[in-house]
Amino acid sequence: MLDFFPFKKTIPFMSWGKATTAISLLTFLFSVWALWDRGLNLGVDFTGGTVIEISYPQAANLTEIRSALEETGLPEISVQNFGTSHDVLIRLPNKGEANAAETSNRVMAALTAADATVELKRVDFVGPQVGKELYDSGALALLVVAFGIMAYLAIRFEWRFAVAGMLANLHDIVIILGVFAFFQWEFTLTVLAGVLAVLGYSVNESVVVFDRIRENIRKMRGETIPHIIDDAITRTMSRTIITHGSTQIMVLSMLFFGGEALHNFALALTIGIMFGIYSSVLVASPLLLMFGVKREHFIKPVEKKEEAVV
Amino acid sequence: MNRYPLWRYILIGVTLVVAFLYALPNFFGELPAVQVSPVRTTEKVDTVLLGQVESLLKASNIAYSGVELSGNSIKARFASTDIQIKAKDTLQNKLGERYTVALNLVSASPAWLSAINAMPMYLGLDLRGGVHFLLEVDMKAALEKSAIRYQNDFRTELRGAKIRYGRISREGNAVTVHFATRDQRDEAANKLGTAFPDLTFTAEDQAEGFTLTSRLKPEAEKQVQEFALQQNITTLRNRVNELGVAEPVIQQQGASRVVVQLPGVQDTAKAKDILGRTATLEIRMVDELADPLALAQGQVPFGAEIVPSRDGGNIAVKKDVVLTGDSITDASPGFDNTSGQAAVHISLDGKGARIFKDVTRENVNKRMAILLIEKGRAEAITAPVIREEIGGGRVQITGMETAQEASDVALLLRAGALAAPMQIIEERTVGPSMGAENIAKGFNSNIWGFMAVTLFMVIYYRVFGLFSSVALAINGFFLIALLSMLQATLTLPGMAAIALTLGMAIDANVLINERIREELRNGATPQAAIHAGYDRAWGTILDSNLTTLIAGVALFWLGSGPVRGFAVVLCLGILTSMFSAVTVSRAMVNLTYGRQARLAKVSI
Repeated sequence: MLDFFPFKKTIPFMSWGKATTAISLLTFLFSVWALWDRGLNLGVDFTGGTVIEISYPQAANLTEIRSALEETGLPEISVQNFGTSHDVLIRLPNKGEANAAETSNRVMAALTAADATVELKRVDFVGPQVGKELYDSGALALLVVAFGIMAYLAIRFEWRFAVAGMLANLHDIVIILGVFAFFQWEFTLTVLAGVLAVLGYSVNESVVVFDRIRENIRKMRGETIPHIIDDAITRTMSRTIITHGSTQIMVLSMLFFGGEALHNFALALTIGIMFGIYSSVLVASPLLLMFGVKREHFIKPVEKKEEAVV
Repeated sequence: MNRYPLWRYILIGVTLVVAFLYALPNFFGELPAVQVSPVRTTEKVDTVLLGQVESLLKASNIAYSGVELSGNSIKARFASTDIQIKAKDTLQNKLGERYTVALNLVSASPAWLSAINAMPMYLGLDLRGGVHFLLEVDMKAALEKSAIRYQNDFRTELRGAKIRYGRISREGNAVTVHFATRDQRDEAANKLGTAFPDLTFTAEDQAEGFTLTSRLKPEAEKQVQEFALQQNITTLRNRVNELGVAEPVIQQQGASRVVVQLPGVQDTAKAKDILGRTATLEIRMVDELADPLALAQGQVPFGAEIVPSRDGGNIAVKKDVVLTGDSITDASPGFDNTSGQAAVHISLDGKGARIFKDVTRENVNKRMAILLIEKGRAEAITAPVIREEIGGGRVQITGMETAQEASDVALLLRAGALAAPMQIIEERTVGPSMGAENIAKGFNSNIWGFMAVTLFMVIYYRVFGLFSSVALAINGFFLIALLSMLQATLTLPGMAAIALTLGMAIDANVLINERIREELRNGATPQAAIHAGYDRAWGTILDSNLTTLIAGVALFWLGSGPVRGFAVVLCLGILTSMFSAVTVSRAMVNLTYGRQARLAKVSI
């Protein structure tokens, strides 16, 4: 039997409480600082504006493209390579023009006049009002998911578990956003979808550990709560690593083969998975301890539910 | 203890066969095709047209591999894109402007698969290339337009009632009539109040005189907006048909927006131009003196012009315009009260009604034509005979053969022009090469990830790992089959969601396998360990999947575009994974180990 994690003894995770709290607090504060100081590099989905992706059969000459575009008289055009030297990304802000939707036509007309081999790959034009709406509904979705999961955990377990699980996972979300802000990676709608999926996904991890804690509370009478939690974490460790490992394999595959479109999405998921493991084990459980989970919360006749497993 | 009753195996077998069948069309690829559909959405396609298309292709020596009637269009398949383009040009020339001939791709899957409604997944624009527009109807303008109409109507009404009035002014949606005396004002309030039940009137006594201000009631305001949106959608649909797009999508979104998706369209400049074009309606008198014979030879009488008529043939109309489409406030199909014939009821605004009354009085028993003018080209929609003088702005046109024709004409009268201006507020264009690239990227992400996970599972869990991997592959099949059956739109984020759900689906099997190992470690017999592993893992699997499902549902509910495509696949993937990871893998385990009463060892 191939076994990467033959833990015979219970690992004293809870006694590392001070160190893990310090790590969490530092990364969290770092993320908040990055978000506050640099802010998210919001993509065109949220800011509004025009993004045009073009491609040339030969390496693109950015200087020529820039000078061709200057003649259109459109303000604040940014031109940069995208992925390979053949691909170019052009960004234009919405500048309160009456006919912003025509911008891409003007740009393409100018580029085709300069070099007819140019190929249009993608245009995204988002009007200012749409960008604002997408931003609002994204923020709303984040709240709905957070509260939905919290309500589910509260019903399925107990409010202490719900709050601990949610705090741990929001901590992950803030860290993902913080890293995106720090590196100024572009935050698009797809990345947002990834972040929200992480929220649902990494709660999985807390659920599995919580399930085991509940089971242990019922079975291991006479043990202290910290020891019960340590045991639960130790015994779920192997499953945790393997599960997240296989999800990470798929995500890495997206990172390598998915191209630019899925690149940031895969990055968000990678950070989410890494911190998901860490926070479920080393943030959610100490929080649970802090909230004062007691045996009495579960040893009640009404609480008779099926045994949980890992 | 680890045995399934026979019915369970049969059930699993049936779901596997169904999933396989419905996933199958995705692996046949696509053939170039030409799609013929009528320009007017209300026109129906029948086998006559099918025969016509076939004989046209045969006459031009164009080899086709199949012609079929599907939905309201005819699709002809060809072996190569060269033949496809040749066929498109030929058909467009021969069939004329009544039909849209568009390039399309159809599934190359055999006919028996299409017969059981098995179709490939519906690819989003980011995977097949095309344009997505979100248009916003200017509702303020729509309301103002209706206020302008009331301005005219008040004038007519007050004049008819012989009530003296001063200025009629408009500010936004409020129309104010000024009067010299209070009595006149009160009389007018009475009269207008009964004539226009959709409006609320407020009377004010001001230093410079007495006023009566009207506003639309909220429900009437809503109606005006809905009407404007519906009319704009109808107009857009007619215009898009001209673009020759194979499968356009035109949908209302929210209270004031329209989504237009044009798969395969690359010339966005042209698409924008056509969508934003304005068409006009005109009512003119038919030149009764024109000699039909001279007409046929192309001789145009003085002061008239020849326009094609919608039912074929030509008609000579006078150059003087009686009314323009601006005067038409509504047109709806219905029936004549006395004869029961199909009819179209038209409402005109005050000014239009007055002119119409005069014209009809002078031209009884003559014909008048209603023309639709687009891109400077006129077409006669209908040319009814005037039976009597028509007053009051309510016009009824009979002479249509069927109720269908009546509703066609009503639609054209309404749809000729946009009710209110529209603006493009979002555009997403994806080039054709980009679409193919995105498919390849999404496919590669899935296949490499899947292979790596499978390799790991087999090395780590041996036979049970193999079962888990087969269950994972089956999960992939289920997901593809379900997406094909529902015809949910697959986007690149959707493909990412497939990869993600596959990665997450293995979690259930890891939970089960780890539990079995633990039971074995604690000294349970292999059979008991398998049993306990599957039975007790279920609760945890359900719990952990439900939290992700909550996220998926919220994303679907609040998301738009790419996010929604991601959410659909995520939710479906969670559901299929619960079935395949637990039930299907258990069936494999039971089949392999279940029968051995004295199982000494399992490979895990």
